[in-house]
Amino acid sequence: MPHRLEPYREGNSPIHSLDSRVRVVMVLVFILVCALVPVGAWAVYILLLALILSAELLTDLGIAYFIKRSLMVLPFVLAALPLVFSTPHGIQFNPAGLERFISIALKSWISVQAAILLAVTTPFDQLLLALRALHLPRLLVAVIGLMWRYLFVMVDEVTHMMLARAARSGSDNPARRTGGTVVWRARVTGGMAGGLLLRSLDHSDRVYHAMLSRGYDGEVRTLPQPSLTTANRWLLAGFILFAIFLVALSILFWG
Amino acid sequence: MYASPIPMHIPDGFLSVVVSIVLWIVSITAIVIALRQTNKQLGEKQLPLMGVLAAAIFAGQMLNFSVTGGTSGHLMGAAIATILLGPWQAMLVMTSVVSIQALLFQDGGLLVLGANIFNMGVVGVAVAYFVYRAFQQFSKGARWGILTGGFAAAWLSIFIASLGVALQLAISGTSPANIAIPAMGGIHALIGIGEGLITVGALSFLLVARPDLLGTGDSRGKTSIGVWVGGLVITLALAIISPLASTHPDGLEWVAEQKGFLDTAREPLFNIIPDYVFPGISNQALATIVAGVVGSLIVLGVTLGIAYSRRRATKANQ
Repeated sequence: MPHRLEPYREGNSPIHSLDSRVRVVMVLVFILVCALVPVGAWAVYILLLALILSAELLTDLGIAYFIKRSLMVLPFVLAALPLVFSTPHGIQFNPAGLERFISIALKSWISVQAAILLAVTTPFDQLLLALRALHLPRLLVAVIGLMWRYLFVMVDEVTHMMLARAARSGSDNPARRTGGTVVWRARVTGGMAGGLLLRSLDHSDRVYHAMLSRGYDGEVRTLPQPSLTTANRWLLAGFILFAIFLVALSILFWG
Repeated sequence: MYASPIPMHIPDGFLSVVVSIVLWIVSITAIVIALRQTNKQLGEKQLPLMGVLAAAIFAGQMLNFSVTGGTSGHLMGAAIATILLGPWQAMLVMTSVVSIQALLFQDGGLLVLGANIFNMGVVGVAVAYFVYRAFQQFSKGARWGILTGGFAAAWLSIFIASLGVALQLAISGTSPANIAIPAMGGIHALIGIGEGLITVGALSFLLVARPDLLGTGDSRGKTSIGVWVGGLVITLALAIISPLASTHPDGLEWVAEQKGFLDTAREPLFNIIPDYVFPGISNQALATIVAGVVGSLIVLGVTLGIAYSRRRATKANQ
């Protein structure tokens, strides 16, 4: 049973079996295309949405799964809402702003679906390898890798702490708040954060000694990666060409 | 399901490509310098330390305390990481946290990841470092200096970072400057208090349990002048530009002109500063106030929405 935070979902779909490096690059290119397509290019948005929805269909996880997760981007969309009501002449309805607002919301929604697709079809170690293949600094990739490994430990730790606090904060009268003032509650939470940091420092000490005893010498080594297959190269080249074509076309018609 | 409670992670689609790329370049530069400095400063112990601490900061962002009416205070962690680790390692830790949030949990976009790293990793850390060091120097390392410095560092790092987010949204033409800046700044001035209180709580706990961490740790080693000045410059720049940009509709355009990319901005492809996003030139004061109120309500809605969805998510998990 995977941890509740683990986003990866196993599967045998064509998306899952794609080389992770290719998938990472394709998702990044796709999001870049979303960002470059001009405001109001509705036809291109529909095409991009159709593309991402069909990729989601291919994963066998069900589109509803993706749609539900992608709605978390909604609250931020409100940040762009003022566009609808601002004009150079004061606060009133602005059709151009409305067009821009809907464009931003759509682009953001399509992009986040692509990011979800990447997260649910890529095991974390594959993601790390892809980041290395994209020439991210080795030390940074190693920190991210270690962070992920202990993330679940720390999250469970926090969950236990909050559970313990909740268990000690009971009251027979739900209308009455237990404990002290807001400042007092904040300080209690701060104590929990301090405790968590302290435990993590001790934990990192133990991790370090465990690494030492397994021959760690300060160098992060990674295995050389197999080169991309010809088919994958063609797929990647074709996709990037298609992306350039799409952006050029959309700027030509709607730019 | 996981969503960070701090409404500071910009999703994809909200920043123009130019702004995204510029901030990627700035962030990458900062990360490269941080990697070099970290390699120089510390031995091989740095890797497990940063990895596990990044995990703890990520998890620590889930800690909350109820404020009132369903809202709650949270921790972002840039300040406490800076105080414990020093600026360079804290930058790498925050970069890892923000990257994982974007890559695995879609909390913040991928194309705009550079901007999010800049806001939370670079600005948050540099500002926290500058403030905390200033307090340390002033108080000669006394207890009150650590606590008040911790609070000020935490509050200001959140506040200044949020101004950065608002400015980026405004420059991208996503949100009008005179709404985004007061709204983001206002709501994060409040969120920052929660951050500050938790940071103080954590610091006073550490002062009792492990005073050596605060006394002899990297944070009291020799000052990284570069980060200190960087934090000062970022703080001053954002504190001066933001009110200018929000009260003078031409403020942002002036900045853009000074930087010489106004011509680029006018091109339809990038359209950095569409003129219609600056309303209310005639009755400017009123427009600013109305905008501020509307904006604050909107961001309050965002925060409540996030809190609500998080609560539902937690319930669903139990």
